[in-house]
Amino acid sequence: MLRWPNVPMSHSRTARTSLMFVAVALACLAVSDIAITTSNPWKDLLQFFLGVVTPDFFSSEGLATALLRTVAFAFVGVTIGALSGFLLALVYRIRIVRTFCAFIRAIHELFWALIFLQFFGFHPLTGVLAIAIPYAGIFAKVYSEILDQVDPEPRNLLPVRTGVFSAFIYARIPDCWEQIRTYTSYRLECGLRSSAILGFVGLPTLGFYLESSFSQGFYSEAGAVLILFYVLIATIPLWVRPKLLPLYVIASPFFLGDGMPIIWGNVKRFFTEDIVPAPLRTGYGSEEFWPWITDLVVNQALPGIWNTLVLTQIALVATGLVTLLAFPLISRHFGNRVSRTGGHVLLVIARSTPEYILAYILLQLWGPSMLPAVVALALHNGGIIGHLIGRQTNGIRLRPDAPKGVLRYGYELIPRVYPSFLAFLFYRWEIIMRETAILGILGIYTLGFYVDSAIQNIQFDKAIILILITAMLNIGIDSLSRRIRSRLALQTMPTC
Amino acid sequence: MLKKIIGLATVAAATACFAFSAAAETFVFTAIPDQDETKLVERFGAVEEYLEEQLGVEVRYIPVKSYAAAVSAFRNNQVQLAWFGGLSGVQARRLVPGSEAIAQGVEDPDFQTFFIANHESGLERMAELTDELRGKTFTFGSKGSTSGRLMPEFYIREAFGEAPDEVFSRVGFSGNHTRTIRLVEAGTYDIGAVNYKVWESQVKENAVDTNKVQVIWETPYYADYQWTIRGDVDERFGDGFKERVTQALLNMDDPELLERFPRKGFIPASNEDYDAIEDTAESLGLVN
Repeated sequence: MLRWPNVPMSHSRTARTSLMFVAVALACLAVSDIAITTSNPWKDLLQFFLGVVTPDFFSSEGLATALLRTVAFAFVGVTIGALSGFLLALVYRIRIVRTFCAFIRAIHELFWALIFLQFFGFHPLTGVLAIAIPYAGIFAKVYSEILDQVDPEPRNLLPVRTGVFSAFIYARIPDCWEQIRTYTSYRLECGLRSSAILGFVGLPTLGFYLESSFSQGFYSEAGAVLILFYVLIATIPLWVRPKLLPLYVIASPFFLGDGMPIIWGNVKRFFTEDIVPAPLRTGYGSEEFWPWITDLVVNQALPGIWNTLVLTQIALVATGLVTLLAFPLISRHFGNRVSRTGGHVLLVIARSTPEYILAYILLQLWGPSMLPAVVALALHNGGIIGHLIGRQTNGIRLRPDAPKGVLRYGYELIPRVYPSFLAFLFYRWEIIMRETAILGILGIYTLGFYVDSAIQNIQFDKAIILILITAMLNIGIDSLSRRIRSRLALQTMPTC
Repeated sequence: MLKKIIGLATVAAATACFAFSAAAETFVFTAIPDQDETKLVERFGAVEEYLEEQLGVEVRYIPVKSYAAAVSAFRNNQVQLAWFGGLSGVQARRLVPGSEAIAQGVEDPDFQTFFIANHESGLERMAELTDELRGKTFTFGSKGSTSGRLMPEFYIREAFGEAPDEVFSRVGFSGNHTRTIRLVEAGTYDIGAVNYKVWESQVKENAVDTNKVQVIWETPYYADYQWTIRGDVDERFGDGFKERVTQALLNMDDPELLERFPRKGFIPASNEDYDAIEDTAESLGLVN
């Protein structure tokens, strides 16, 4: 193999890792199910765009309420998540806490919602906890990372008898408050996305109407929901003001809707009966249990894991490609002001559309295969990383005689941003897998498909085992990604 | 600042608990989301009014997103009455001892599934399921549907002696019947299994292009939709409540209301009417 003499070892290691991932993705592509099965995909797509440009905001009277509920669930869920996450971050050193947090964030909001729906039913608590629990796990991890990076010097300068609490408040928090604030408000945006998506399983948020109108082919109504959602996200800087935050936090619990009363007997039944494997529940014992679990593993878990992994690896590399194509759109080293504004709009749309909604739309238009999922994951995640990398390139100063165009891209910028590009990509690996699993609910045969099937058959024992398997897979990918990042000496600040 | 935030959150949490705990004794019903989901609330809002008038208690309809959610809500006693399909009704009554099927549509004892095919698939009307279907793409309705999943899967297995995903090159679940029609019409799938009542009403409303999609096969008759009520409603809403609900449903004769189901009227039903459905579901492993 050819080798450039001056390339340091770490670079070629980065290149080797990249090539390996590309090779794996190509192998996955060869065994994957990628196809457009609709006979008229472009006609449908055109109709959809016609719907978006002729939105119908008044078709359903519930739309305004749904918007309100989306915001309310996001605020309550993120607030509870952030507070519990902060408390957990303080004891994050303890191994069991770390494991617990990794576990609760490995389960997707929609899975949590599906679980709570079974015993809380249509009670606001279902939606609130579905957001708060996984978010607490994520907040705990990120807050603790932020707190760990705080300069220890101010602490050392405090008088000897300063209490732990005072020291914490006066010597640690001020140093990282800005970061905590930025990250928390960023998560609020994620919370709005999560909240909207919960509608897909029946909570009264925007997703409820989006799914309904889409499945009926009412594209103007679907377009209206989408536009409302974009406006909601895009105007965050206008309506989420520090001074108004307390007001939102206090008011939002009152706008969750009343739902149905909780019956605690259902909660007990769920934990003591429903999730106990059927053979054990009916008292047949182990001779019935082994065939039961073998059947579950062989016919559902293994195919689910396989498809989830295949799709994840393809989507990861596709995300990388989209990122590399997308970041020049907003970089000041390319194009002009007009083209960059256009680029910003494109990337904002790509990253504010939740993968789930994007995949849903593409599935309707192209028919069922892995293709819609790959494209959705790549566009959304590529939009996020492309935005971050593009912004990073704006801080790079080039020599006045630096080359232009493709040469500038290939020889000046890519080498400079490649490590952070990889860092972000590996950081999102676990997130891509979490989403891949959940996309199964839409009919792609990943783990989520089998979880949803078990729930549709009222077999919660099977559903819980499959959800646990999904969580383990996620934790595995997370630690693998961390190992690769540390081996390649990649560092990154957390993103959504 | 931190204290302030924690204080605010405590207040918020407390008020939230307070806001959730208020609930009156309301008779709640739901229906499986078999078609036209956006219009579910509008569709059943009128039924809500009718029942309220007839029963003299507060009646509320809640929309659900899936067949399983309807069954779970019924099981969890968050709804006391539901318009179920054959399979979801069986699932619900197995989970709630004492619950009863009390009324069914006039059409429901002799229900059917139509197999519909896109014109470009080249499939013509057939007397029985033949090998022509092999290798085509196929979509069911919802995973928990009787006419969209249970019965078509049963007849596919009977005809071919194989699971649907071995017979067809691609098998999907559209979610509901109107969606199945749309997907087959668009050519996303060659073939679909659809509730015959939904098909007929869509054809009547000119909502489907019969030049693009046509019926190629009809299943034998089986029993489908029914109203199922929980066994404990008399304790909760007073003696004879179940009987009054039954009468209210059987007396429903406003064509506009019935059109929402869509049924010509309602007739008495019993749990035994669905024994055959239960056996079929057991044979396919769709109930525990």
